[in-house]
Amino acid sequence: MKKTELLKLYHEMVLVRQLEEKAAELYQKGKIGGFLHLYIGQEAVGSGVLAARRPEDRVITAYRDHGIAIASGMEAKVVMAELLGKVTGSSKGKGGSMHMADVDLNFWGGHAIVGAHLPLAAGLALADQYSGNEAATICMFGDGATNIGYFHEALNLSMVWKLPVLWLCENNQYGMGTAIDRASAVSDIRQKAEGYGMPSACVNGMDVLAVREATMDALEYVRKEGPMFLEAMTYRFMGHSMGDPERYREKEEVQKYREDDPIGIFRKRLIEDFNFKETALDKEDEKVAEEIQEAVQFAESSPDPAPEALFEDLYTNELE
Amino acid sequence: MAVITMREAISQALWEEMERDERVFIMGEEVGVWGGTYAVTKGFYDHFGPKRVRDTPIAEMVIVGAANGAAMAGLKPVAELMTINFAFVAMDQIVNHSAKLHNMFGGQFTVPIVIRAVGGGGRQLGSTHSQTPDAIFAHFPGLKVVAPGTPGDAKGLLKTAIRSKDPVMFIEHATLYQQRGEVPDEEYLEPIGVSKVQRNGSDVTIVTYSKMLQTSMKAAEQLAGEGIEAEIVDLRSLRPLDMDPVIASVKRTNRAVIAEEGWRSYGVGSEVAARLQEDAFDYLDAPIKRVAQAEVPLPYNRELEQMALPQVDDVVQAVKEVL
Repeated sequence: MKKTELLKLYHEMVLVRQLEEKAAELYQKGKIGGFLHLYIGQEAVGSGVLAARRPEDRVITAYRDHGIAIASGMEAKVVMAELLGKVTGSSKGKGGSMHMADVDLNFWGGHAIVGAHLPLAAGLALADQYSGNEAATICMFGDGATNIGYFHEALNLSMVWKLPVLWLCENNQYGMGTAIDRASAVSDIRQKAEGYGMPSACVNGMDVLAVREATMDALEYVRKEGPMFLEAMTYRFMGHSMGDPERYREKEEVQKYREDDPIGIFRKRLIEDFNFKETALDKEDEKVAEEIQEAVQFAESSPDPAPEALFEDLYTNELE
Repeated sequence: MAVITMREAISQALWEEMERDERVFIMGEEVGVWGGTYAVTKGFYDHFGPKRVRDTPIAEMVIVGAANGAAMAGLKPVAELMTINFAFVAMDQIVNHSAKLHNMFGGQFTVPIVIRAVGGGGRQLGSTHSQTPDAIFAHFPGLKVVAPGTPGDAKGLLKTAIRSKDPVMFIEHATLYQQRGEVPDEEYLEPIGVSKVQRNGSDVTIVTYSKMLQTSMKAAEQLAGEGIEAEIVDLRSLRPLDMDPVIASVKRTNRAVIAEEGWRSYGVGSEVAARLQEDAFDYLDAPIKRVAQAEVPLPYNRELEQMALPQVDDVVQAVKEVL
């Protein structure tokens, strides 16, 4: 990777982090409604995966989607505007935190019913296969989604039809507050992929460059051979969503993982292995802070959707 | 005009639209090699091939889900559910996805899926395979729900549904497949969301759709023998619901009977009756009567099943009560 690309990747991860820290603050102030699921701690997965895709590759994820939106190329101000429910948001204020998308960036959402977007991903991949496109679909989901029927129906169909889809499990070890071994009959999630005869791999989800490399390899396989399962081992530093009392895990456990902060790890590598100066990275952090400030200003000064928007985008009433 | 069966009409609509648009494809259980469990897609697999006539595992969540995804990406899937009773297995995809994705993401993409589902009672299949739950699907904004009662409407409405950029639930009635009717020889479309007067009369308005259209037509013939002329308005689409012809008719006849095969409570008749009292209250000379299925799970025993299903005599009786 070129130094400019590395710096861009660093910038993106810091952007996701700072954007969400700001979002948490705005949520406490009551400016953001509904649920807010933070990606903090998992940034290396989203950024690493998206750094490996080609523009024609589609990506679709679950409700913890801010990091994937940014990594897909969505501007921070558009994410922020959606969080504030403004008309300038990615879904014109109708989706909120869990439902961001920008199909021009090949980012197909933000889906909030656990597992329900796996069949959608199969369908997106089918469309490319059907049309003879070289593209792959990357479907990201948590370990919790591997226990729902959708997961099994979608993985099975993808193998039967040899669909160009990469099943990317972000294993943060908890489905809401229930640890894997309390919810899944097998704690090694990849066994489930094996059950469908699907090849799988595992990667350290705290190392953005490792994630990028593993995803590139996986996508190469997917384009040639069909579905593959990639598990990224990661950890969610914050609660499941805002207001999670976190009775299900010890503070020490969270602290242990926080020491392996994916941004800290990457920063260290940039300095030690790629000759970046600490000051250059500090400067990048400051640039991000400015970007976030602008994003908040943009979102706050943007208008709410007009009352007539209530009935817009329900039916097209068009034929083709 | 040719006279063909409902099965042939639906089959023709699918065939013509697949010939017309390469993006249209069929997926579902036994739609291909088998030729469709109701033989609607017989011959399709040999003609269009496995790419466009796709047999799926018995897995309704991914049938509708993958069809939704393919539709998001610009294809025009016709997802077939072997029976509407299995739609409950796929309910999350239908109500949380087909109906919502276009709107929830601010109109960025459309979901031009057609979900074909066969429903209805009367074939001794027991309670889990005999339901007429059409009203449930009509509850959700974002979805269009169509349920034709004649071959001509079935063909024209299905062709429109396939060309529609909005998601359409297309509900067929299993006991109507042999129903014969006239179908225009030339290419035609029937509009979604437009009710149609299927029989003119001046004494009473019967509002109905799907299988109960045929039942109501028979009732109207019987009533005509007694000098009572019923006007029959066929809803054809449950969402959007076109009440204009219903209201116009009631303003002339001043009496209304609503005949549906589903259960009475929270049903199509409940909705139509509510709208009539909102918009035509002053024109009603008698309380509105509803003819519907007995509120029990449909039993297997033939006599009991027929007892639970609304019959010609029930419609005749209801008309006499409002006169």
